[in-house]
Amino acid sequence: MALLKLQNVEKYYGNKSSLTKAVDDISFTVDKGEFTAIMGASGSGKTTLLNCISTIDRVTAGHIFLEDTDITQLKGKALNRFRREKLGFIFQDFNLMDTLTAYENIALALSIQKRSAKDIDKLVKSVAEQLGITEVLNKYPYQMSGGQKQRVASARAIVTNPKLVLADEPTGALDSKSAKMLLERFGYLNHEHDATIIMVTHDSFTASYASRVLFIKDGKVFNEINRGGDSRKQFFDKIIDVVTLLGGDVSDAL
Amino acid sequence: MLFKISLSNIRKSLKDYAVYFFTLVVGVAVFYVFNAIETQTAFLNVSEDHREFIKFLVQAISAVSVFVAIVLGLLIVYASRFLMKRRNKEFALYMMLGMSKWKISALLLCETVMIGIGSLFVGLLIGVGLSQVMSAVVANLFEADMTSFKFTISGSAIAKTIIYFGIMYAVVIIRSGIVIGKCRLITLMQSGRRSEKITMKNPWLCVIVFLISAAVLGYAYYMVGWNQMDLGPSKILAAIIMGAVSTFFIFWSVAGMLLRVIMSVKGLYHRGLNSFTFRQISSKINTTVASMTVICLMLFVTICTLSSAFVIRNNMNRQVEENFPVDFYGEMTHYDADDENWDHPYYTNLEKYYEMKGLNIADDFKEYYMFHSYSDPDFTMFDFIGDRMDEFTSENQSIGVMSDYQNEIVKLSDYNELAKYYGRKPMELGEDEYVITATFSGMVSVYDWLLADKPGITVFGNTLKPRYDKSCYEIIRPSMQPLNAGVFIVPDSAVDENGAATAMVIGNYDASDKETMAEAEKTAIKHFEAARDEFYSDGEGGHSQYYTRIEAANDAIDLGALVTFLGLYIGFVFLVSCGAILALKELSESSDSASRYTMLRKLGVEEKEITGSVFTQSGIFFLLPLLLACLHSYFGMRLAKFMLSMLVSGGIFKSMLFTAGVVVLIYGGYFLLTFIGSRAIVREQK
Repeated sequence: MALLKLQNVEKYYGNKSSLTKAVDDISFTVDKGEFTAIMGASGSGKTTLLNCISTIDRVTAGHIFLEDTDITQLKGKALNRFRREKLGFIFQDFNLMDTLTAYENIALALSIQKRSAKDIDKLVKSVAEQLGITEVLNKYPYQMSGGQKQRVASARAIVTNPKLVLADEPTGALDSKSAKMLLERFGYLNHEHDATIIMVTHDSFTASYASRVLFIKDGKVFNEINRGGDSRKQFFDKIIDVVTLLGGDVSDAL
Repeated sequence: MLFKISLSNIRKSLKDYAVYFFTLVVGVAVFYVFNAIETQTAFLNVSEDHREFIKFLVQAISAVSVFVAIVLGLLIVYASRFLMKRRNKEFALYMMLGMSKWKISALLLCETVMIGIGSLFVGLLIGVGLSQVMSAVVANLFEADMTSFKFTISGSAIAKTIIYFGIMYAVVIIRSGIVIGKCRLITLMQSGRRSEKITMKNPWLCVIVFLISAAVLGYAYYMVGWNQMDLGPSKILAAIIMGAVSTFFIFWSVAGMLLRVIMSVKGLYHRGLNSFTFRQISSKINTTVASMTVICLMLFVTICTLSSAFVIRNNMNRQVEENFPVDFYGEMTHYDADDENWDHPYYTNLEKYYEMKGLNIADDFKEYYMFHSYSDPDFTMFDFIGDRMDEFTSENQSIGVMSDYQNEIVKLSDYNELAKYYGRKPMELGEDEYVITATFSGMVSVYDWLLADKPGITVFGNTLKPRYDKSCYEIIRPSMQPLNAGVFIVPDSAVDENGAATAMVIGNYDASDKETMAEAEKTAIKHFEAARDEFYSDGEGGHSQYYTRIEAANDAIDLGALVTFLGLYIGFVFLVSCGAILALKELSESSDSASRYTMLRKLGVEEKEITGSVFTQSGIFFLLPLLLACLHSYFGMRLAKFMLSMLVSGGIFKSMLFTAGVVVLIYGGYFLLTFIGSRAIVREQK
C-alpha cells in the first residue's frame, strides 16, 4: 500500500532569465514500512526534494500525497499539525536544543503535542532503550558524542510514532563506527516497528542499509534499485555500479 | 571606502543598533527639553515671584544634568561595549584580511560619529518639538498666560547637549580604541564559540542563600518601614547596603532555583514549550544577575523619587488651603541677645510699632485678630517630659528634642477667637484642663506618646491635667504645610498676663477680586515691614516674620514644580537606562537563539506558541526586577512618607498611580519594543 505518493513534483528557483530546475518532474511512491534512500551528487536536488516532502519548502508544481492528504495544499495550523503528528525529522547537524537535556529534547516533541507528563515519561524511556541512549538521558548535547547526539535526534523523531521519518544526511557528521551503529538502529526500527523511512545521502555505504535506493541527477530520477533478497554487501556493490554509471560527482564521496 | 564599510555595517546590524539609537535619541531629547526650560519660559508671562524661582529651578536642573550625564554616559559606554562584543567575529575577519588595528579603530570612529551625529540631530529635533509642550506645562504650573508665546529654540541648550553628548561619544571612541588595541586575533576568533556549558547551581546552596538574603532584606525593610524613630543616617546607609547586597543574592539564588522548582512540577514543565521557555529564562537570568540588580535598584530609586515628587506636588495646594485659612499672618517676639536658640521669649507689643510709624493696623484688614502666646520659664519641654526622659531619648532618637525650650501657651479665649477665623469648632475646657495642638507629624507622635501617660502640668503655678490622651490637629500659626510643632491651650484663668511673649496678628483683607486682593496685600506687607523695622531698631533682640496666603500658594507651586521637574528628569533617565539595558540583552539573546526557533518550527510548533514563548521570556525578564523594585519601593515609601511627613498628609495612592503611569509608559514601552523586535528576529529565520 502506498503511504507516500509524489506526482510530477517540480521545484524551480530563480526568475525567468535564469531558471534552476532543482526538482524536475519527479514521481514515485513509497510503501508503508519501506526504508528508502535517495542518492545523488551535491546540487542534484535531493535535499530540495526532501524539503518538499517535509513541507519545509513548497513545490512549484505537482502533488505529494501522504495517505490521502495532499500535503502541498496544507497551510498554517494544519501544516504545523501535520509536521507535528505525521513526520519525524533527523538532520545532519542533529538540531538538538543545546539548553535542554537529552530527555527534555525527546520530551519536547511530545509536549508540543500536548501529551500528559506520565505518557511522556513512559514513551521517552522506551524509545531511549531501543536506541541505546538510556544512560545519556540526563546529559546535555555538549556532553555527548556525535553518535549519541544523532541517536537522541532519532529518538526525538520517532518517539511520536510518525507515519514517515525523514532523515537528511543523518550520518554526515558521524565517524564510521557511529554511522554504522545508527544505521543498524534504523534497520531495527524499520523491521521491528514497521517505520517508514526516507533518507537522503550521498554515501553508498549509508544507502546500502536501505531496502531501496533512488538515484537523482539534475532534478530527475536517474535510476532505482531494490535490495530484494540481496545481502547488504551485494546491495552495496550494486549501488557502487550505479554510482559509477552516474559518473564523476558522486564517486568523490566514496 | 572606510565610510562605505561603516555605513553598510550600521545598516546590516540595524536591529542591534535600533534600540541603542532609540535610547540615544530619547536621552538627547530629554536632556535638551529640561535644559531648555530657561529659554522656553522667557516668553511666558510668568509673575515676578515665580521668575526668581525659575532661575533657581534652572540652576537645580543644571546641577542634576551633570549627574544625568554621568548615568547616560555609563549607559552609552555599556551599550557600545555590548554591541562591540557581538561583532568580535567581524573584527577578526578584518584583521585576518590584513586590516591594521588603526584602520579598525578608524572604522569604529566613523560608525560612532555617524550614529552620534544622527542621534543628536534626531534627538534635538524631537527635543525642540517636545520643549514647546514643556512650555505649556510650565505655563500651566505657574498659571502664566501663553498669549505672547512663540516657537523657541534654545541655542544654549543645544550647545550644552552637543557638548555633553560629544564628551560621552568621545569616551566611547577612546574606549573602543583601547579595546581594539589590546585584543588579539585568536581571542577574537574564539569569542564566537559560546560556552554552551549549562551550570546548575547547587540547589541547597541556592535555598540557603535565598533564605539568608530574604531575612537580611526583611530586616532592612523592618528598619526603614517600622523602626524609623531609631533611624540615623548611618543606619539608613546600612539598610541601603543590606538591601542592595541581598537584592543581588536574591537574583543569584532565584536564577538557580527557579528552574528546579518548575522542573519539579512535571505536568507544568513538560507542557507545550514550557521546558524550552524556562530553560531560556533561567540561562538569561543566570548570566545577568549583576545587571538585574543594578536595574532593580535603579527602578527602586525611580519609583520612590517619582512617587515622593508626585506626593509633594499633589499635596501642596490642598495643604495651603488647609493650613493657611486666612490672608495674612505676622508675629514679633523679643529674645535676649544671648538666647541663641530662641528658647526664652518675652513680651512684645506689636501694635506699638505700628503706632510708632503712625499706622493703624485695623486699616489694613477687613477683620483681624491680635493676641499673645504665653511662656512660663518653669514650664519647659523637659519639664513636660519629666521623669520619662530616659525612656523618651531611647525611643525617639531621630526626633530628639534638641534644646530645653519653653512651651508655647495660648489662652482658651484667644484660641476660640482664632477658631472662628479658621472655620474650626470652638474648644471647651474645664478650669483644670489643658489641650495640646499640633500638626507637624513628627511632634504629633511625640505628644501622643507623652499624653498616653496623662501627665499633669504646672503653668504659672496652676496644676492642670490633660483633657484628651491625644493631641488635637489644630492650627495656631497659618503656614504652607502642617508645621504646628505643639502649642498648649489652657483656660484663661491659668495664665499670668506677665507671661505674655510673642505677639501675633492674623487677618483678612478687605478685597473681593484678584486685583484688589493683590493691592491690599501690598499695603499690608508694606506696613508690617515698616513696623518690623521699628521693632528691630529699638535696641532689643528679637525675631519677626510674616507670611501670606498668596505667598504660601506661590511657594507651594514653586516647590511642587521643583520636585516634579527634578523627579521626572531623573526618573525618565533612569527608566530609559533600565529599559535600554534589558532590551539590548533580550534582543541579542533572541538573535543568538534564532536557530532554536527554526528548529522548533521544523518540529511543527505553532507560530502562536512560539510568539507566546517569546512573550513569556521577555515578560519575565522585564517583570522580575520590576517586581522586586516594587517591593523595595513599598518599604522605601514608608520611610519617605515618614521623612516627608512635614510635607505630606495623604494622597500616596494617587501619586503611586501617576508613578505607575510613567513607569508603564517608558519601561513598558521598552518591553513592547523588545517583544516586537524579538518576534521579528525569531520570525525572519523562516
